[in-house]
Amino acid sequence: MATVTFDHLTKRYSADVVAVNDLNLEVGDGEFLCLVGPSGCGKTTALRCVAGLEEISDGELRIGERVVNDVPPKDRDIAMVFQSYALYPHMSVFDNLAFGLKLRKTPKDDIKRRVDEAAAILGLQKLLDRKPKALSGGQRQRVALGRAIVREPAVFLMDEPLSNLDAKLRVQTRAEIARLHQRLGTTTIYVTHDQVEAMTMGDRIAVMRDGLLQQAGTPQDLYDDPANVFVAGFIGSPAMNFATTRTEGEHLMLGESRLELTGAAAKAASERPRGSNLLIGFRPEHLELANGQGADAVRIPAKIDVVEFLGNEELIHAQSEGHEVVALVPSDRKVSVGESVEFAIPVDKLHLFDPESEKSLAQ
Amino acid sequence: MDPRLVTALIVLIGVPAVLVGYIWGTEQVLKVFPERVKPRVRPWLWLLPAIAFLFIFLVYPTIGTIVRSFESKGNILGENTKFIGLDNYVWFFTDGRALSALKNNVLWLVFLTLFTVGLGLIIAVLVDRVRYESFAKSIIFLPLAISMVAASVIWKFMYDYDPNVGTLNAVAGIFGAGPVNWAQTSGFSLTTFMLIIVMTWMWTGFAMVIISAGLKGINTELLEAARVDGANEWQVFRGIIFPLLLPTIAVVATTIIITALKAFDIVYTMTNGNFDTEVVANLMYKEMFTNQNFGRAGALAVILLLAIIPIMAFNVRRFQAQEAIR
Repeated sequence: MATVTFDHLTKRYSADVVAVNDLNLEVGDGEFLCLVGPSGCGKTTALRCVAGLEEISDGELRIGERVVNDVPPKDRDIAMVFQSYALYPHMSVFDNLAFGLKLRKTPKDDIKRRVDEAAAILGLQKLLDRKPKALSGGQRQRVALGRAIVREPAVFLMDEPLSNLDAKLRVQTRAEIARLHQRLGTTTIYVTHDQVEAMTMGDRIAVMRDGLLQQAGTPQDLYDDPANVFVAGFIGSPAMNFATTRTEGEHLMLGESRLELTGAAAKAASERPRGSNLLIGFRPEHLELANGQGADAVRIPAKIDVVEFLGNEELIHAQSEGHEVVALVPSDRKVSVGESVEFAIPVDKLHLFDPESEKSLAQ
Repeated sequence: MDPRLVTALIVLIGVPAVLVGYIWGTEQVLKVFPERVKPRVRPWLWLLPAIAFLFIFLVYPTIGTIVRSFESKGNILGENTKFIGLDNYVWFFTDGRALSALKNNVLWLVFLTLFTVGLGLIIAVLVDRVRYESFAKSIIFLPLAISMVAASVIWKFMYDYDPNVGTLNAVAGIFGAGPVNWAQTSGFSLTTFMLIIVMTWMWTGFAMVIISAGLKGINTELLEAARVDGANEWQVFRGIIFPLLLPTIAVVATTIIITALKAFDIVYTMTNGNFDTEVVANLMYKEMFTNQNFGRAGALAVILLLAIIPIMAFNVRRFQAQEAIR
């Protein structure tokens, strides 16, 4: 068991290619941290720095209390699950699991016991004699997991372990990994580009973009209080709606429509110079079709373009003053294409962003 | 008209005409057959010329060689030979010179394969980790492009007894060691080993290039996984790289073994089999063209053929196994 600390960690490939830029992050003992971001954001590089597969250009990496910048991978007490699984093709499943233990000169009986244990946890007992080639994608994935847990390391590193599975198996394995983490309680850093995976699995999520950490927090934090436009747009599905407005006292003008604000939002708006731009964001699931709502709801007029029926819900694509607005509403009230409606958003669900810095104006 | 022009015209017009004519001819022949059978006969008619060439230039001479290997020495034109059964083969396994050639071929087979594959593997793994890889590989591959005779000339200089000429003896001289007659010493099969080194110099590049290609085919995540699993670089090589390279190494080794069995040029040009360096192929050449003993030469050819068949079979089976995986 151990914590992992990124202390001003920087990875530079050349003077102007910076994969990870001054990353400060602490992964708590036993925590499941999801490192998430679009491809090329540096999340995998950060993970590989922890594994010791990339040299650290600047800053410190600590596992527990120990600075491991110059410690080779084999002495870091970590185990990694690779995106391609990286199973040794010439070894049976048993030997794949036992490889790390054999290198550590673990006694034979011990190896057998631990491999059997791991195999039992992952349901691999009947596959131990097979070669990886004779396994399905899901089975290979479980062997890769088994190879990690059999070593009983201080930290698990997982690099998009589910990306090669089909949708159904992905959901299944997601739950399996979460259960595994509950059972073993090992500190885990999990890299993914899929925000749903991150939201469902992580105790905490760290969002990265262009090598920079955008925000770290619990899934709830990131959903409720995104620090900037990028995090707001990245977390949540369907993605948050954005619209540019002008301030007018403590209210906002969306084109010709006036958005009446109250409370903290009104205060934030009134602090901006009159007539300056302000970016607002609101989630599709927080929009309601207005029919005489309370005073603390912001109203947005819109014209309906497309209605996607999803069963108990509908996804409404609409135009509002030149902005595309997506709303997720219960499918009990029928609306039709071309109809003009009014959406209501509870004012505390409205996010305000500075259009220049794209930072949230909350707090 | 220039006769060369006539030749060119014949080639340009005549060859396509013959081809078209052949296809037209086969269609005429096919008219004899009922419609249903035609598709089954047509490919064989088209293959016929190739099969005929194969028989005339490959199968017939092979059978001829086998038949000759049971005959005695004739006159200078190879006439008046007698059937003598297995005598030529008995000679091979009893004659001192022939047995020495056999022994030397075994030395070639074992050490040429060991040296080239070993060095090729080491160099391939090492250059994989440096930045000027392609340059280093080109330099090591270069000797393969040199003709065997040219290589012999180069190495005759290297091995020369006179330290003013021979590089090796010049180097030995620096350390105060007396000149060694590298290319003319029978003891300890020294000269045979020197000849094997020449061939090693030429063929290491080949082994390296093939093994290097195999190395590139190994997913680097496997090596990283092994490192994270706790392997040091040597254990990564022993546990992962080497086992995964084995199929490639087998292909290279069999190719080199066949080369070793066919060893001739280097021996012919550097020692002509003197100083205990005789090999089967050179002996065959001597029996054929110096002694005009077609029977013995035939027997030697058959023995070489029999020695190569199992290796070829192994290679073909490997190839098929690999195709099956694809």
